[in-house]
Amino acid sequence: MSEGVAIVGVGAAVPRPLSRDVSYREMIFDAATRAHTDAGVTHHEIDSVVSVCEDLHEGTSITDEYVPDQLGAVLKPVQTIAGDGVQGVATGFMLIRTGIADLVVIESHCKSSNILRHGDVLEMALDPVYDRPLRANPHYIAGMEMRRYLHESGTTEEAVAAVVSKNRAHALDNPVAPFGARIHTDDVLASSPLCEPLRVLEMSPYADGAVVFVLASEERARRCPRPVWIRGIGWISDSPWLAMREWADAVYASLSAQMAYQMAGIASPAEEIGFAEVDDTYAYKELQHLEAAQLAPRGRAGVMTLAGETRRDGRLPVNCSGGSLGMGYCFDASALYRIAEAARQIRGESGRAQVAHATTGLVISWRGVPTQSGGAVVLNAD
Amino acid sequence: MAKPARAVRKMDAPPWLALRGSPLSDDEFHGKVSTTSWIPRLEYGWDAGIAISRFLEGLKAGKILGVRCRVCGRTVTPPRAFCELDFRPMDDWVELADTATINTYSICYVTWDLKPLRKPQIPAVVEIDGTTPRVGFLHLIGGVNGSSVEAIRKQLRVGMPVRAVWKKPHQRAGAITDILYFEPVKRHPER
Ligand SMILES: [Zn+2]
Repeated sequence: MSEGVAIVGVGAAVPRPLSRDVSYREMIFDAATRAHTDAGVTHHEIDSVVSVCEDLHEGTSITDEYVPDQLGAVLKPVQTIAGDGVQGVATGFMLIRTGIADLVVIESHCKSSNILRHGDVLEMALDPVYDRPLRANPHYIAGMEMRRYLHESGTTEEAVAAVVSKNRAHALDNPVAPFGARIHTDDVLASSPLCEPLRVLEMSPYADGAVVFVLASEERARRCPRPVWIRGIGWISDSPWLAMREWADAVYASLSAQMAYQMAGIASPAEEIGFAEVDDTYAYKELQHLEAAQLAPRGRAGVMTLAGETRRDGRLPVNCSGGSLGMGYCFDASALYRIAEAARQIRGESGRAQVAHATTGLVISWRGVPTQSGGAVVLNAD
Repeated sequence: MAKPARAVRKMDAPPWLALRGSPLSDDEFHGKVSTTSWIPRLEYGWDAGIAISRFLEGLKAGKILGVRCRVCGRTVTPPRAFCELDFRPMDDWVELADTATINTYSICYVTWDLKPLRKPQIPAVVEIDGTTPRVGFLHLIGGVNGSSVEAIRKQLRVGMPVRAVWKKPHQRAGAITDILYFEPVKRHPER
């Protein structure tokens, strides 16, 4: 049994709005090759493989049948998880902690550009009796959540727009973030309402991508060049009832973070967490998630953002990769992009996006509308 | 082990064998219990990728292309961008014959959605000449006479040589269906 579990290999495809030149298999093979090389392992050494994928996103049912080849997993233990990316990492973590495996590959990808009617896929996630017959675009759920969050926390729309401004600017310093831009908060506030109060520019653009990690037991990780330790991990799913949810608070994120903090022995998150990569599928989510993770007092994340405290040179750098707003939203692979970027920060490999003193980082993930599922990961340099 | 004593009954080929029971009526489905229905409108446009795109272009030109792995030495078709066993790029392209050997087949009397078929469909795995043994290619067998099991069994067997029957060049779309089916050939070239 291994006490410590580390990410020893990171491989990611550059996210992009279209990826017509490669199949999902070829895109994943590329990311997997990079992850193996990064870890200094061959596919022969991998003990177990976990893929995070969802049939309706793939357009194939029984997606797990399509997983092994591109991950070097033929005739190996393979499992698929139709869930948030953090659930995949948690599964790998457990495989190692239980002593079943020493080296585990975790993968998630998204070919959102291949889904020609994503609205219909999203609609399939709503309850067929109560919610679907209303025929409203499911992004309204984000609009309703944003309104209640602003109402209860006292956060301003300017603060939400400032998240967009910051993350798209951060993306300019990340060579693999396709949506880098200088956008003023006024430009964000002037963009069209999508599901008001949510505006078009406050929603992350979709992208295709793939991320592969190699996870290792403590003993095995010590033989790899650059391990990043998973010190805590948590994942939570709330009740699915739309009408009865806690609209203002991301309770799944609070409890996921608490679970991860407890495992990591973190008593004062605001002091101990040096930087964060948190879900920003919709710009207000970044603020809601920072408060849920106790990195900002209730109603203060927006104020901190407006004061520049969450910029790369601020007191608590958040989404220095550009987040999903700057890198693109890759469905359940978004969580793995956040973790990959956090791991690069801890290794000091983030180049112009590098945060000073990035020793302990937090990742918060969310599975997107209409879910109330998410996760948290605490990563550490040693 | 002794042979079973009972006489082997001559097989009645479907669909002439009547099924017992009666199907559930529409009224039973929709009238007796409360249900709710939804017709999903899902549409995808998959990027074929590097290897499959080149393969489909080959089919359009009337060629079956394969790739060879320089590590394990296997030649496979349909081609793939990487060897799933050696986990390395597979980019040594070869043009293969359009003749093959039957590995296995089934005489299918139902459509994909279980409607009865009088003239059966014969899905088969064939091994294209020039590929490594046991590297299969999934397609259909055609060009056989009759529709009963007995008639078809007389014309097909495992290990039999077959040849691709192509669509006319102007009808080809760069799809696996550019090959209509594989039909038995009398003489099989040396592998
Ligand atoms: Zn090979």
